[in-house]
Amino acid sequence: MKYYDKLVFELSKPGRTAYTLPNNGFKASLSEIPAGLLRSESPVLPEVSEPDLVRHYTNLSQMNFGVDTGFYPLGSCTMKYNPKINEEIAAMPAFQGLHPLQDESTIQGALEVYYEMQKALAAITGMKRFTLNPCAGAHGELTGLMIIRNYHLLRGDTARTKVIVPDSAHGTNPASAAVCGLEIVEVKSGANGLVDVESLRPLLGPDIAGIMMTNPNTLGLFEKDIKEIAALVHECGGLLYYDGANMNPLLGMVRPGDMGFDVMHLNLHKTFSTPHGGGGPGSGPVGVCEKLADCLPVPRVEKLENGKFTVVGSSKTSAGRVSAFMGNFGVILRAYAYILMLGKQNVKMAGKLATLSANYIKESLKDAYKLPIPTVCKHEFVFDGLIDDGSSTGKPGATTLDVAKRLLDFGFHAPTIYFPLLFHQALMIEPTETESKETLDAFIDVMHEIAREAAADPDILHNAPHKAPITRPDETTAARNPILKCEL
Amino acid sequence: MSNFPYFPHTAEDIRQMLERIGVSSLEDLYSDVPADFLFKGEYDLPDAKSEQEVRDWFEKLAALNPKLKVFVGQGSYDHYSPAVIPNLLSRSEFLTAYTPYQCEISQGTLRYIFEYQTMICNLTGLDVSNASMYDGPTAAAEAMRMAVACAKKKNTVLVSKGLLPNVLEVIRTYAKYYGTTIEEIALEGGQTSLSSLKALLAGGDVAGAIIPSINRYGIIEDLTGFAEALHEAGAVLAEYCDPSALAVVKSPAEWGADIAVGDGQSLGIPMMLGGPSVGFMACKKDYMRKLPGRIVGQTVDSEGRRAFVLTLQAREQHIRREKATSNICSNESLMALYVTVYLSLMGPQGMREVNEKSYAGAHYLYEELLKTGKFEPVFPDKPFLKEFVLRPLVDLDALQKKLYQAGFFAALKTEEGYASFCVTEKRSKEDIDTLIHEILR
Repeated sequence: MKYYDKLVFELSKPGRTAYTLPNNGFKASLSEIPAGLLRSESPVLPEVSEPDLVRHYTNLSQMNFGVDTGFYPLGSCTMKYNPKINEEIAAMPAFQGLHPLQDESTIQGALEVYYEMQKALAAITGMKRFTLNPCAGAHGELTGLMIIRNYHLLRGDTARTKVIVPDSAHGTNPASAAVCGLEIVEVKSGANGLVDVESLRPLLGPDIAGIMMTNPNTLGLFEKDIKEIAALVHECGGLLYYDGANMNPLLGMVRPGDMGFDVMHLNLHKTFSTPHGGGGPGSGPVGVCEKLADCLPVPRVEKLENGKFTVVGSSKTSAGRVSAFMGNFGVILRAYAYILMLGKQNVKMAGKLATLSANYIKESLKDAYKLPIPTVCKHEFVFDGLIDDGSSTGKPGATTLDVAKRLLDFGFHAPTIYFPLLFHQALMIEPTETESKETLDAFIDVMHEIAREAAADPDILHNAPHKAPITRPDETTAARNPILKCEL
Repeated sequence: MSNFPYFPHTAEDIRQMLERIGVSSLEDLYSDVPADFLFKGEYDLPDAKSEQEVRDWFEKLAALNPKLKVFVGQGSYDHYSPAVIPNLLSRSEFLTAYTPYQCEISQGTLRYIFEYQTMICNLTGLDVSNASMYDGPTAAAEAMRMAVACAKKKNTVLVSKGLLPNVLEVIRTYAKYYGTTIEEIALEGGQTSLSSLKALLAGGDVAGAIIPSINRYGIIEDLTGFAEALHEAGAVLAEYCDPSALAVVKSPAEWGADIAVGDGQSLGIPMMLGGPSVGFMACKKDYMRKLPGRIVGQTVDSEGRRAFVLTLQAREQHIRREKATSNICSNESLMALYVTVYLSLMGPQGMREVNEKSYAGAHYLYEELLKTGKFEPVFPDKPFLKEFVLRPLVDLDALQKKLYQAGFFAALKTEEGYASFCVTEKRSKEDIDTLIHEILR
């Protein structure tokens, strides 16, 4: 990667163009519109040639790290390989050219993909029905919570205004609950990193809409008391929400529906191999149990008895409409291509291999990094910083941030850092099933090397990265004196 | 091991890894899971397919979707997508990257988002843009929440009945759970009524209003007096805009709007059955810290070089949890790149031409449709850009069906029973003449 310092506006020169449009031979002109409705001057946009533009964005891309560049041990993000056949399918013109309001008789092929995808996700998770409308994981969480609230409201139960969220939960859980108008009640984790049943018990009552659980949780630990938790929450009239961000180790092994969960979301860009795209577009399908099926958002894709597929546009019991049309179809196509490749045979290996890789790294590095919870993990685990941070040298010790930044010099992405909040120096590592043993070994060697560097001279880490396109930026100034657009 | 291209593990790899961990089988790694939760059955999934079989499967289904010439908008527009864009977007350094948390190795993503934010600011005339949202309707719902956050203590948001039906539905859904009261501003002669707005403002609890720049009938709204009325009542004006049209129609800033939202799909993104698209959201500087979503800012690195970072993160869920401005923790980054490259390719002149050609085609179609005698005007004197409605004088369902068979998607029946049409620069005179011919047939 090399530093490149242009913005597209800086390539601009009046009179350059990079477009061609057909001359369709009509006469009308915009000047017929009353002047008071038109803008006074054209917006400032770049004026560039096509070759310069292509080179600019190619140069920008070369300052980026991606799954195809190298290994991402990024906890809770499930950065698995993004198969290329998926891209080919999503680029098929017969799907790209479909208008979302076309009559269902003209989109039967697309609706069949929707329907089969809903069915496959139900089979994999043990849930009854799915909606593919949410556009991201957090959007799925919000949709799931809307379904829960709607369910209670439909029963005339207006008192359930609180939701229980463990202190180890992803930050989106409480944020989604707040957007859904729910009050958050936090439940503490025990010393073993699991939700403490005794702490949970007194929180339950007629004001509880439900509980949001991540299982395995953000420490990568399976919530083994889930059966008892489910029974307690159901007994008080609440519902169980499953945060599917950590579904990958359960893929082919355990189904959330069988554990008693009533609602869940999946991240197709995690568990089902679609690209993260630098932060979207993703897709956050939501699955529900039988009794919540009527609460699913609209529009819904269903199969008729004659074998045709239909779009249900409205329903009195629905939680509502959560996105423009039917979600990110382009992402759904990719994910279904992956499911067809996996099939019933390969699905059984995915979760196991992800879990194998995580435990392998954990066992290989616990001599150099603090491992607060030493039990078997699932797809990810958390270290609490270096065992020897080098502070005995008289210099300030190397932190988790320093380790993360030093990893970039060796061609690896950093793990998720300072999350979960249960530890001060959290380094959360998730390797996924698509990394070879050689890649994991190389990562383990580098992590050991970094630990040795920290012990000998922590400044090597403090000043990292040394080999990235830029060194550490001044984030304080960025936030204090925000420059949020190119001043021309 | 089975022959699966995305699992690199050999049997020997697995053996060695298990040995390091100190367990004897892969199943032992699940010893913490209660036995009755381990799924023992067979998954109800198709058999694993080869790549060729996957391709064949999708090709078979693709063939079931007839290729239609699209003459409908209503939130999804068939504008031309230049060849450069999919080519650049398929670069895996963009496609397979994570959210740019590690800024030192994400300068590519951060720079294009910064460019995107600049272009959205320039189109809307507003000061600050976020890094993008899921789509237009969810961005409108976020504008509703933002209006409530800006106003404090006031909890009613007004929405124009002229907003697209799906935008209204998503706003209503979010409002239902967030606990915001939604009231509708009536239409008068096909346009959002200023007197209806003023009557509702008299109620006193209004935090803001969401009003389209171009409404569901395709009419370009005249928003004279709207911002003044809202500001006097201590409420904000959020405008819902088509960003393609903003190249020529009066900008939100020129109307005095505080917030602008809309759907970026009209900037050349394939319709793709409605997604992925990208929502945009911009606001005046005063409201910057209430803006939801990611924001990229410019700074310098420790060697003084220009660098870009995610900034103002104290608004966001990973820091603020339930007190965040929103639960959104991504943007539609790759689609933001899509519109950034599109706007760079088109430039100010290309954007003007797209609108001119769409305008001219739409007006030609409008006149030709009236000549058929099968439609009559609904709002005869109202200015429109590329989209319009007519009152059908024939059975619209039967007509639509006939048009589908002839290879057209046109004359979409609206809630009001009107026929909705849209023409983009992709439609030639010949396309329109053929459509008219089919209507007359």
